[in-house]
Amino acid sequence: MNANTPITHTQAEAGLIARYDSARSGLAGSDAVVALRDAAAGQLRRQGLPHRRVEEYKYTDLRAYMKSSTPLAAEASADAAKAVLDATAGFGDLERYRIVIANGRFVEALSDLDVLAGEGVTVSDFNTALAGGEGASLLATPKSAAGDGTIALNTAFLQGGVMLSVKEGAEVSKPVELVHVAAVEGAAVTRCRIAVAPGAKLKLLETFAGNTGAGETNAVFDYDIADTAELTVTRLIDGDGEGARLLTTLARLGSEARFHTLGFIAGPSFVRNQQFVSFAGEHSEARLFGVTMARDRALADQTLIVDHAVPNCSSREFFKTVLDDEAKGVYQGRINVAPHAQKTDGEMMTQALLLSEGPEMANKPELEIFADDVLCAHGATSGQIDEDLLFYLRARGIPEDEAKTLLVLAFLSEAIEEFGEDDVTGMLEERVRAWLAARS
Amino acid sequence: MLEIKNLHARIAEDGKEILRGVDLTVNAGEVHAIMGPNGSGKSTLSYILAGKEDYEITEGEILFNGENLLELGPDERAAAGVFLAFQYPIEIPGVATMEFLKTAMNAQRRARGEAEMTIPAFMKAVKEKAADLKVGMDMLKRPLNVGFSGGEKKRAEILQMSLLEPKLCVLDETDSGLDIDALRIVSEGVNKLRSPDRSMIVITHYQRLLDHIVPDVVHVMSRGRIVKTGGADLALELEKSGYADFVEDAAA
Repeated sequence: MNANTPITHTQAEAGLIARYDSARSGLAGSDAVVALRDAAAGQLRRQGLPHRRVEEYKYTDLRAYMKSSTPLAAEASADAAKAVLDATAGFGDLERYRIVIANGRFVEALSDLDVLAGEGVTVSDFNTALAGGEGASLLATPKSAAGDGTIALNTAFLQGGVMLSVKEGAEVSKPVELVHVAAVEGAAVTRCRIAVAPGAKLKLLETFAGNTGAGETNAVFDYDIADTAELTVTRLIDGDGEGARLLTTLARLGSEARFHTLGFIAGPSFVRNQQFVSFAGEHSEARLFGVTMARDRALADQTLIVDHAVPNCSSREFFKTVLDDEAKGVYQGRINVAPHAQKTDGEMMTQALLLSEGPEMANKPELEIFADDVLCAHGATSGQIDEDLLFYLRARGIPEDEAKTLLVLAFLSEAIEEFGEDDVTGMLEERVRAWLAARS
Repeated sequence: MLEIKNLHARIAEDGKEILRGVDLTVNAGEVHAIMGPNGSGKSTLSYILAGKEDYEITEGEILFNGENLLELGPDERAAAGVFLAFQYPIEIPGVATMEFLKTAMNAQRRARGEAEMTIPAFMKAVKEKAADLKVGMDMLKRPLNVGFSGGEKKRAEILQMSLLEPKLCVLDETDSGLDIDALRIVSEGVNKLRSPDRSMIVITHYQRLLDHIVPDVVHVMSRGRIVKTGGADLALELEKSGYADFVEDAAA
């Protein structure tokens, strides 16, 4: 990219730049934060939205997808947000605590702060921290995500979010649901920082409710997993509205830390779920799973970079995709192993099932290994339902549609079950069945 | 029960003719054995009965209790009472055997307009029949056929057959890959299902299976036709003299 040549902005880019100029003075943050926002907006001005000629966005061309820009959503009332939440299935009857972000802002009134405090979890408004002396440091980006266009948009437009920290040794007894609610249509741009102190354990459920309309959802989840801490994240990406869902995970693991996550995409027309995971301490483990379902003309992208910067860590990446109609699936996964990161154990697999002739899958698993004593493997498959399996099931009296449902469910369940969070497994499998039942 | 008339079939993909005028009538309660050399069309016949779509019927018909079987899809045939015990049972990762059995039984019941089985009734039936076939609970919890030994796969097939209670059982080389003990267990399971209103077609290369499952009628198939039909003693004769005579007869 040549920085000296001004680019011609698309309608969406011009709209976003204008949006920044008008929103700038109302956005939270210290002077240092404002400087970072200006720099991020400058990147948008110079480079435009990330597009297919940027390697990381080769298959997910945001410039082509975003036809126009939508204003940032106005602040919603707690009552309006509650009404949307009450009408959303989410995780159903599952016992859980809740933290609510409505149209980009933390809603204290709907969040279970007191009980969480009793469990050793403190939650506060991200904007408060952003205005403080350390504000700018909260927007730091790991090396592997440097220059990322989605994160730059997040920095520029960031409306709010939460700071959540689990104190040392606390094992939170119920999962915590961090829900993004769209009570009114419009773009929502958030950042949440989750810090799990040494020896602490947290299970996080991330959900999205309501209709964003044409507005994009740009959410960054920044996880700081200290030595011997454990964080499990189930990210359920669904909800209404045709706006792009641009989700970013930034995860840092200390030593002997565990990070388990499942990104479950069911439905939205444009999703990019990107994860940047880095090991800062030895003997840690990251297990990343993905279940993607897309139909019609939807695009669903699961992108990740796992940075093995230190020795003796293991990572597992297991992603399953089911596509129908004219949908497009993307998997880009890269395991980086630094020269001194010996005894790294990395195993990456991506598998796609195409239910008709129309869909397209781009599978791009990569290993970049600079150490010589490592165990790393990757694989990718892409195919249709096996006719022999289908015949076997039908020969036992199971009608074709039911047999296909059984096979697709079995295919996706491999990832859900290896993720192994028993309290959400049944509900996620029910989601798969519902998605398949809606097949036209 | 089953009437196959002048059945001609070829492989849909390359047009290769496999069946060249099969005539076979199996009455209710009868057990028919079909023997014959490799490539004579025995397995193709079993797949065609079950409804595999890889073949094209160019001539002839199959009547099952007076109904045109060729017009039904594989699942409809199963619900009507046709069961194929596969020579190579397929591994289905991610589908627990127990779940699969319940789905299959209830799908057939729904197709026949019957009520679905209650869970206790289903569990009772499975436990009883699984015990006969020495199929343990650990096997039932595993994904269907995944990691099963050859013998376990065949026992699982016969377990499915016992639970689904078909009218016509087609056993495609059920004896292949079985040791002597497994052969006995499987044969006992099959014999238990013999009844005046159930017919069986047993496809095999070897006489030894027919020592356990004694057929009423034995057919020799060669080059896509049935070339000889006789009683149980025909199998013994074949064991001694081989197929050479019949293959030449057919060629002549």
